[in-house]
Amino acid sequence: MLKTALKSMLLAAVASVALAGSASAGKITIESWRNDDATIWKEKIIPAFQAKHPDITVEFNPTAPAEYNAALNARLEGGTAGDIITCRPFDASLDLFNKGHLASLNDLPSMASFSDVAKSAWTTDDGKTTFCVPMASVIHGFIYNKDIFKELGLEPPKTEEEFLALLEKIKANGTYTPLVLGTNDQWEAATMGFQNIGPNYWKGEEGRKALIDGSQKFTDAPYIDTFKALAKWAPYLGDGYKAQKYPDSQNLFGLGRGAVYAAGSWDISTFRGQNVNMGAFKAPPPAGSECYISDHTDIGIGMNAKTANAADAKVFLDWVGSEEFANIFANALPGFFPLSSAKVTISDDVAQSFVSWRGECKSTIRNSYQILSRGTPNLENELWNVSAQVLNGTMTPEAAGAQLEDGLKKWYAPHQK
Amino acid sequence: MRKPASAIAVHAILGLYTVLALFPIVLVVMNSFKAKRAIFNTPLQPPMPWNFDPIGYAKVFGDSAITSYYLNSLVVTTGTIFMTLLFGAMAAWALTEYKFRWNTLLALYLSIGIMVPIRLGSVAIIQLVSDLNMINTLSALVLVYTAQSLPLSIFILSEFIAQIPKDLREAGRCDGLTEFHIFFYIVLPLIRPAMATVAVFTMIPVWNDLWFPLLLAPTNGKQTITLGVQQFLGQYITDWNAVLAALSTAIIPVLILYVIFSRQLIRGLTSGAVK
Amino acid sequence: MSRTAYLLLLAVFLAPAVIIYSTFSIYPLLATIFNSFYDRQDDGTSLFVGLSNFTTLLSDPTWSAPFWNAFRNNCLFFLIHMCVQNPIGLVLAALLSLPRLNLRATYRTLIFMPTMLSVVVIGFSWQLILSPLWGVAKMFLSFFGLGFLFGPWLGEESTALLTISLISVWQFVGIPMILIYTALLAIPDELIDAATVDGLNQFQAFIWVKLPLILPTLGLVSVLTFVNNFNAFDLIYAMKGALAGPNFSADIMGTLFYRVFFGNQLQLGDTSMGSAIATMMFLIILTGVMIYLFVIQRRMHRYSF
Repeated sequence: MLKTALKSMLLAAVASVALAGSASAGKITIESWRNDDATIWKEKIIPAFQAKHPDITVEFNPTAPAEYNAALNARLEGGTAGDIITCRPFDASLDLFNKGHLASLNDLPSMASFSDVAKSAWTTDDGKTTFCVPMASVIHGFIYNKDIFKELGLEPPKTEEEFLALLEKIKANGTYTPLVLGTNDQWEAATMGFQNIGPNYWKGEEGRKALIDGSQKFTDAPYIDTFKALAKWAPYLGDGYKAQKYPDSQNLFGLGRGAVYAAGSWDISTFRGQNVNMGAFKAPPPAGSECYISDHTDIGIGMNAKTANAADAKVFLDWVGSEEFANIFANALPGFFPLSSAKVTISDDVAQSFVSWRGECKSTIRNSYQILSRGTPNLENELWNVSAQVLNGTMTPEAAGAQLEDGLKKWYAPHQK
Repeated sequence: MRKPASAIAVHAILGLYTVLALFPIVLVVMNSFKAKRAIFNTPLQPPMPWNFDPIGYAKVFGDSAITSYYLNSLVVTTGTIFMTLLFGAMAAWALTEYKFRWNTLLALYLSIGIMVPIRLGSVAIIQLVSDLNMINTLSALVLVYTAQSLPLSIFILSEFIAQIPKDLREAGRCDGLTEFHIFFYIVLPLIRPAMATVAVFTMIPVWNDLWFPLLLAPTNGKQTITLGVQQFLGQYITDWNAVLAALSTAIIPVLILYVIFSRQLIRGLTSGAVK
Repeated sequence: MSRTAYLLLLAVFLAPAVIIYSTFSIYPLLATIFNSFYDRQDDGTSLFVGLSNFTTLLSDPTWSAPFWNAFRNNCLFFLIHMCVQNPIGLVLAALLSLPRLNLRATYRTLIFMPTMLSVVVIGFSWQLILSPLWGVAKMFLSFFGLGFLFGPWLGEESTALLTISLISVWQFVGIPMILIYTALLAIPDELIDAATVDGLNQFQAFIWVKLPLILPTLGLVSVLTFVNNFNAFDLIYAMKGALAGPNFSADIMGTLFYRVFFGNQLQLGDTSMGSAIATMMFLIILTGVMIYLFVIQRRMHRYSF
């Protein structure tokens, strides 16, 4: 082919200028989007691993979350990615496995300590091959500033009605931003908004599975109701929330200017660093309903199929599946809950209250992650877009549901009936 | 200008625009030296003894290998400038001085790169660099940036070389100098101002680029300063002291370089290059 | 000189530039155009599909709606630069080139400064300034009694693109300014003197004598603006992310290409469609440059020196 011929010709021409790089043995590099956690990896996790395996050097090399998928894909295509790949859940990683970028980890001894549910986010559709070690799940809910609640005489709400009444009181007082959430980055509206409170409306797993098999549509009541509930937040969001970025939100709450923060449990460590006196409450269901929480399998870790250092990489991955890692990780990064069946003691009280909801409510994962985001238009992108618009007041809940359903209908057979 | 009134008006407009151009930069640099509380409460106040706090810089220089990132950027930028100037001038000389059959076509071919963003070919570039076993090397960046900068530099340098009086070159030939001597000892010194212009035009995008460092040399302490700052921002995004200090750290060296080179840049431009 | 020696000489002078440029610029570009005629299969092989990626892109509403949206926004982005950046650049250049102006070099150096900085830094700094949290912009407006004008400009569908365009104008106004300035300086003084003798004042001399003479430069500035604007990506990406919201109101060709080619959160990168978009960008830019070269520039030469 012309392309290959041209390429090899050019290669030969340039080779003389090239200086060869070298891959050193005993060294592995981790690709990750958790740049917030870089310090903890460098100071706690990697030293703990090296205490056991002094002959293996580990480098943690995070890319900003927004660029992670793009940069990782490009590096994998070009053969320059690190040895260890941090895995997004479901289809993004499944695609990497199908393209031969991730190795099968079926023979990894520590895989035995994970349940099938924990592994489901990183297993092929036929259930035969698992390609990432499940690392952690994250739970959605709300974090509140205890000092502000005390000052204003407020109690964490139990129902949606109480929640709105609470926000109204904080607004009436006028000193603090009632609810901290911005729509500039869009994903927060979908993730901390829609996916946070939605499971209460679509009954967790029941609704999620019904969407996948096509028996429910985004135009059905549970989804429209979720958007309606979301739309009610708008008056309580901070001044200029439409231009508020995720870090702005973190700062607003971290500086003690906001009372309630629509959260993912991973935010706990950020606010610990800012010394906020905080507590947490779960997404309050409408009065009289059962509660559901979003307990999302979020992070796994796998091996680059083309690594030059597979032996060391597997030693590391096996250690990630160990009880020791689960304990270090859960406590170094409160808010990431290990998925291994090993016994883990969590010392952070806010993280504890997040994890305690698992006993009170039924758990589910985000409904756009499995299967439904495989086509074009991409459901997750659409969800970011419409959730942000609903909060901005530029789209009605009904229109939001209709746009999601229209998109899904274009490519997903179960929704074309 | 004869009338003082119009002189004042001109200075008012230029002065006002200068303030607008500088305000954001000054604001960021100024606040990077202040305590966190002062950043939020009195952003427009300059740093004073009572609100001075260099903690952001302590973090930037303590927590990241920022000095080695500077060095990487310096190596990449000077490497690119050197190769772009040398190879660009050689090609420009050949294209303007020697008449051969494919001359115009080759000149046209070399100018495609002025209008096409090299980023469109990213994936092929990554594969190429990895086939050459040059991933995570600064030389890979230098080669890509050189390819990116060559078209404009050849374009500008050709215009300059064309202006060199024919007599000078012919005199050299009569004295029995080789073509290489003529190029290196007569032509190159004459186009020095143009080379300064090209150097500045090459330097800006290379120093500031985020894209190729992210794809080609993102780890192992091979980060350039722009990428290093971006990674640092991602990690300390809520710590405004650190954020502002990191931004200033990226701004200040460019400004210093610019002030040194700006006279050269203008002189190069005014002597007739991009007309 | 023998013919062989002559060819050898040419080769030595041309080879380094041609090889590096072909390898790292032209080859990757060709590979991208190649890819746009293929469909990447799940097993990693590619299937030749002719123009079908392009028909999908331009006729299937799932693809064509975002494509034309990005194209429209990009045209708007370009229009704002033409109507704001270049006139401001012209005025600044005209003022800077006035004879006997004090502080000329200082103004020139300072106004050009933002152009030197990384878009990452610029994007981030402006975001802080416009952030409702920090409130600097609001404080500033309030100082002039205009506080009520302040809004979350970067977050509103109606103003996001405009705001980002103006930030881009702010950063790059130095380029038209310097180019026009140097063209103005190159005009021989005798021409101006002759004009003033004829009784024209400074302003009239500028409009009737200088402006026609710098028309070729204005053409060059326009085409450079066009090329840069249709290549733009960094600033919008830095401020609004790959989805360029709200509701894709700030989406331009560059962000669309990035999103499709490299993917987003759960969207997988699509090499074939991404390459098709890149090829379209190439064609758009090529068309613009051709119009400049064959229509505008040719016509202008008649009026210039």
